[in-house]
Amino acid sequence: MKILLVDDSRTMRNIQKNVLRVLEAPSFTEAGDGVEALTAVATETAGFDIMLVDWNMPNMDGLTFVRSVRQTDKLTPIIMVTTEAEKSRIIDAIKSGANNYVVKPFTPDALLERVRQTLAKRKGAAAAA
Amino acid sequence: MTTQTANVPIPSIARCVAHFVRSIREVLQTMAHVQATVGTPALKTSPATTYEVSGIIGFSGGFTGSMVLSFQKSTAAAIVCAFAGMPLAPDSPDFADAVGELANMIAGSAKTGFGHDTNISVPSIIIGPGHVVARMHDVPCIIIPCRTAHGEFAVEVSLKSPAQQGPQKGNPA
Repeated sequence: MKILLVDDSRTMRNIQKNVLRVLEAPSFTEAGDGVEALTAVATETAGFDIMLVDWNMPNMDGLTFVRSVRQTDKLTPIIMVTTEAEKSRIIDAIKSGANNYVVKPFTPDALLERVRQTLAKRKGAAAAA
Repeated sequence: MTTQTANVPIPSIARCVAHFVRSIREVLQTMAHVQATVGTPALKTSPATTYEVSGIIGFSGGFTGSMVLSFQKSTAAAIVCAFAGMPLAPDSPDFADAVGELANMIAGSAKTGFGHDTNISVPSIIIGPGHVVARMHDVPCIIIPCRTAHGEFAVEVSLKSPAQQGPQKGNPA
């Protein structure tokens, strides 16, 4: 499973990797901002199975990245993982194309559950298509 | 009569501080399994930060100003170790990164309770004794002292509410 982690904090990316190691054969690609993440998306021609994206980052924020990805890719599941917890921000993210939302701080169980839930929904949608 | 501190109404400061107190406890407990005991907030008069490691977040939009997460180096090392799941040398980029992420989460979680559309900056980190973080001159700084099993730290909050900023250009007075 190819997972793209987009967060300007390496510590946070490491925490996420440790949580998601239990998924089936995870393979992680990391990006420190939206610009790096767009490069990773362009380079990974086979595509990612899921992307976890922070909101506040230098160079390009997570919301701009999500909007950019959704111009060409409507299917890859994207979860925002961010401290931005206001209702208006969550609505913005979902409208921009995020499939799910995890608010920092999070417990490992909460993150894993949200990722599994999002992957299962995508799998169900693909099977129905 | 409204009590004033440097021309800032106390109730709006108290509301913000209450959100920071909740956020400090929640972030440390959830992400590092560290229990923080929060002391009585007080007005800070010294321009220098309380301790030698600072994680700084700027606020803009609704509320404006800054928050400084201020650690003794030894306390920071222990809490960062609990957060990252491994020891990080204080002179390594990963140490600063972890302090910044803790500051980001505390500020982000606190501002959710402000009730205004407020943005936070990416964190800046300063390490070294006696450094000064510039603040807005017309806004008091409140220090929130905290204690953990790993030592003490403080959160310094200097914020101006939308009401204190006055009418914006183009908005009705």
